[in-house]
Amino acid sequence: METKLSDNTRIEDHPILDFPARRVVTFTWEGQELRGYEGEPIAAALHAAGIKVLHTSHKSNRPRGFFCAIGNCSSCLVVVDGVPNVRACTEKLREGMRVERQVGTGPAPRARE
Amino acid sequence: MNTLLTTGVPSAQDIAGVTPPDERRKRGPYATIECFQPIPCDPCHHSCRFGAIQEFEDINDIPKIDWSKCTGCAVCVAACPGLAIFVVDETYGEEECLIAIPYEFVPLPEKGQPVRLTDRAGIVVGDGTVQRVVSGRKPAGTSVVWVSAPKRLATVVRGFIPRKED
Amino acid sequence: MSVRKTELAIVGAGPAGICAALEAASHGVKTTVIDRGEELGGQLIKQTHKFFGWHKKSAGTRGILIAKKLSEDVRNSENITVLNSTEALGYYDDGTLLVETPQGIDRVIGDRMIVATGASERMILFPGNDLPGVYGAGAVQTLMNAHGVRPGQSVLMIGSGNIGLIVSYQLLQAGVRVEAVVEAMPTIGGYAVHASKIRRLGVPILTRHTIKEAYGKDQVEGAIIWELDDSWNGIPGTEKDLKVDVICLAVGLSPLAELLWQCGAEMAYIPELGGFVPLYDENMETTRKGVFVAGDVAGIEEASTAMAAGRLAGLSAARSLGKVPDDEYAKLKAEILAELEGLRSGPASAKIRSGLAKMREMLQAVQAKELAGGEPRPQGVRGERDCAGSNSEEAVGA
Repeated sequence: METKLSDNTRIEDHPILDFPARRVVTFTWEGQELRGYEGEPIAAALHAAGIKVLHTSHKSNRPRGFFCAIGNCSSCLVVVDGVPNVRACTEKLREGMRVERQVGTGPAPRARE
Repeated sequence: MNTLLTTGVPSAQDIAGVTPPDERRKRGPYATIECFQPIPCDPCHHSCRFGAIQEFEDINDIPKIDWSKCTGCAVCVAACPGLAIFVVDETYGEEECLIAIPYEFVPLPEKGQPVRLTDRAGIVVGDGTVQRVVSGRKPAGTSVVWVSAPKRLATVVRGFIPRKED
Repeated sequence: MSVRKTELAIVGAGPAGICAALEAASHGVKTTVIDRGEELGGQLIKQTHKFFGWHKKSAGTRGILIAKKLSEDVRNSENITVLNSTEALGYYDDGTLLVETPQGIDRVIGDRMIVATGASERMILFPGNDLPGVYGAGAVQTLMNAHGVRPGQSVLMIGSGNIGLIVSYQLLQAGVRVEAVVEAMPTIGGYAVHASKIRRLGVPILTRHTIKEAYGKDQVEGAIIWELDDSWNGIPGTEKDLKVDVICLAVGLSPLAELLWQCGAEMAYIPELGGFVPLYDENMETTRKGVFVAGDVAGIEEASTAMAAGRLAGLSAARSLGKVPDDEYAKLKAEILAELEGLRSGPASAKIRSGLAKMREMLQAVQAKELAGGEPRPQGVRGERDCAGSNSEEAVGA
């Protein structure tokens, strides 16, 4: 099992904290394959991969990233497996997730096939 | 206006108030507590085995030190939550003094490692060497690094930047 | 949908909520704690610095270790049921707290309730403040300390309160450069020891400075800062261009008080306490009888005061359920009040003291009006019902 990612944004050595080994999973962002740790917030995995624009605002189409990281604001809404308005900062990453940048209010969810 | 409150750097007057008299400085290592503002905090008093840091009447009291009891052991350096205590030994050598500095960064320097010495504003003021490292246990502890410095910088040096050995 | 009955429902498992739960549970109160996080501890789980306060309490201990200890205590208490990863959705007039658990939506009905929902981060106005890369200081802390991801390479910190100073230090510890801390006020807002700590590491703290704008195509590529004159206007010609990829906002917190508004608790705007806060008495009880508060939702302070206030709220709730004898109650209450007074008696707490004094005055005015025969207020957490008549056999965790 792979447990280590070495993006240069990942903290490997810290004076106070240890970050335990976690399983590496593959997911897609806008169709592009990326890797992250299972169970970390989607936003953490995306940030580690250098992706900061998660959403565009519905009136002026301005880029939006995360802001509070704990589910208070709605700045980081993404579409996950076709479901819009998912908070990237609190939703846990899973193997095979299909994550897309949300445009405005996002698409209405489709019935599962 | 008080430079401490406008820049984070204590004034010369602030420093003079927490530096022992010359006679005590010549006698051996001493702690200096750079905590100038009443805040609710008392672990320094409880960390001192020698009773040198006086008991607090009020939790907001500014710590007072009795230098006749202080041995310069530096237990308080690792105990202060504000990382505001240092130990200075001006009897260390002819030309050099020894300064104990709380350190919470990685990697922890090693004995013999050369360092750039910095002052209270983070400005490099000279060169020194790591003489002793007391590692704080992760995650709870704070490490204490003893660096040697030119004696004239005993009241100036309060930090360091590790250098790679050339 | 299931109904979970409990003697005491606590919303929020941060320092205030946990301490409230532990205190109430120690008096035999069946308590249900609801928190949207997976781990208990609220924002403590990312506080890597050592806390101030009393040695005999938790001074000198890092926030992360306090969180660990408190969650262990909660797990070891047979009177506490934890609903984690559970969000409180709303409070209804009949006393129902609707919650969303990972399994679905449930009703929680408590004989008493403690709201310890904490606070959210504030935003300030400047061009470009919506660009990705402008993050709350707490968000930056979460990203690096809870998830191990650096927020960027170089940071401008806005605000020199304790949060701004502490997060700057933590950024340095994570290997991130802090370009500067700017502070609009003429003096540093947080404790001097925190300021000196980052100043020694070479971070400039610029008082009377603020951000003029953030720029960048789709995300932050830099920031312009400038000096302020005595009327808080930027001084042309003093602009500095900082190449940063993160702008971190530490400009204060606002209480997350939605549940209290829904409860019909009397609220007041008290800037010293961070905005709209509930009016509450010496027992931490709001004007909605049976609904107690503790922590930042009752006024923005520090985790140490939140822990003490939480214990007081838990004790008061336990007493109103008839679980604490009068003499024991008086003794414990006096102890906690003395602790709170100590924590708030320094010059750094002047603002809090004046805010609390205002709040008490407003509370007295409301109480006087009620005595004079004003409109009756809803009583008890379950509307008009007598809240003392609970059946503990039904309680969750019984």
